[in-house]
Amino acid sequence: MNTPAHGEVEAVYRAAFGTVVASLTARFRDLDLAEEMAQEAFVEAVRRWPTEGVPPNPAGWLTVTARNRALDRLRRESTRQARHEEAMMLTAPEDPRAPVTSVTDERLRLLFTCCHPALAPEAQVALTLRLLGGLTVPEVAAAFLVPERTMAQRLTRAKRKITAANIPYRVPRDAELPGRLRGVLAVLYLVFTEGHLPGSGEAGLREDLCLEAIRLARVLRELMPDEPEVAGLLALMLLTDARRAARVDAGGAVVTLDAQDRSLWDRAMITEGHELVRACLRRNRPGHYQLLAAVNAVHTDAPTAADTDWAQVLALYDQLYAVTPTAVVALNRAVALAEVQGPAAALPVVDRLSLDGYHPFHATRADLLRRLGRGEEAVAAYDRALELATNPAERAFFIRRRATVAGEVR
Amino acid sequence: MTQYLLSVWHTEGDAMPPEDEIQDMYTSVEEFNEELRQSGSWVFAGGLHPPTTATVVDGTGSEVVTTDGPFSESKEQIGGFWVVEAADLDAALDIAARGSRACHGRVEVRPFQDE
Repeated sequence: MNTPAHGEVEAVYRAAFGTVVASLTARFRDLDLAEEMAQEAFVEAVRRWPTEGVPPNPAGWLTVTARNRALDRLRRESTRQARHEEAMMLTAPEDPRAPVTSVTDERLRLLFTCCHPALAPEAQVALTLRLLGGLTVPEVAAAFLVPERTMAQRLTRAKRKITAANIPYRVPRDAELPGRLRGVLAVLYLVFTEGHLPGSGEAGLREDLCLEAIRLARVLRELMPDEPEVAGLLALMLLTDARRAARVDAGGAVVTLDAQDRSLWDRAMITEGHELVRACLRRNRPGHYQLLAAVNAVHTDAPTAADTDWAQVLALYDQLYAVTPTAVVALNRAVALAEVQGPAAALPVVDRLSLDGYHPFHATRADLLRRLGRGEEAVAAYDRALELATNPAERAFFIRRRATVAGEVR
Repeated sequence: MTQYLLSVWHTEGDAMPPEDEIQDMYTSVEEFNEELRQSGSWVFAGGLHPPTTATVVDGTGSEVVTTDGPFSESKEQIGGFWVVEAADLDAALDIAARGSRACHGRVEVRPFQDE
């Protein structure tokens, strides 16, 4: 046993929280009880680990501690349902040294329950962060910039619906799995993008949310190693987050890919991301996240911006458009087209898209117009982007670019 | 097992479908009801007369007050419902999807409280 350093208990706890909640939910079919007891086990760990040391299997220790506390609680509350009494009679308090088995499956069941399509999307994200990610209610509230009380209510309402409507605690059957997995991946990607490009608040980046999303994607990959889209999503997150240190400059403005200091990129993350993309390619079952990961693999493969294989990026966007034929994909494809065939070829393609409420549309137009020497129109497009953009780092970049272009016009 | 109310809602002012479509609908709903009975999910079901046939009774005061018309001013009015028994919400949603197809309408799924 070793004595934990400051913060180590916290880290162990964060990593183990989902396992503890999942294991208790499987046993007692009560999310509230599972959540509360996981919290109590943590309090116990904070009290004991600093003097007694971290046990060799911390997740197992926390699970058994939480489980025994749940049994104590149920024993005291004799008015509880018969199923709880049954659970009590079936098992005596367990040996804390006993290994905990098949917890990975439990976490997967918990993830699919949290991301059930009958729950509102914001509730899915909040439940996932709280129950699987182990973020506290104030942390989840802060992540989405809503008052703590609002978030607590949102979580309570969602848990109540899970119980009342009898939302199943299981991994969907094969027939439903692709659709349901899409929902889970969307929730994880939403957590990630909220960290990568917060839509609101003061921060240009929220590292904690990015790391949490990556951690959960790793859990999902460990649980579903044969799903290429899971690997694709993890690769996409790694290859995006690898560039984090280069993404915002000292002045708090976004640095575009072509201007980033590539020596700041995280090589270990890039290597891992590339390996995942290669493994996906071997499987040859391309999907939305795998293709986006592949685009990011091309970018991170280039030693300098000038070395970027834009033809390859364009080909990947063509494939992506075949899988996901949306205006947003068409816009990103047009960015690659501008590099391959020039801004004059890309502008008419962009102008045909109905994305007036989407600030990247105006930012892309602005950049193409700027490169075509149509300064006044570029300034107008930057103005429109600024009306819509809320992320401070992006806004700072648009303001600077707009000023440069306006200076040239004058 | 949980019991669920599967209700079908119509928007006031929506055009009535043509006669042959209504006949199709009756046939497919009857087939669907038979499926429910066979599978053991069936508890109860029924279609309702239009909201204009509804009467509201208020017995909360000292005198009973009876008024014409539906309770809700809302444009959305309940047109019919099923009460089914299902293993969990996913099973109920699956039944609701088939019911929705049969009756050509959107279906709201709501759990009953435990007795």
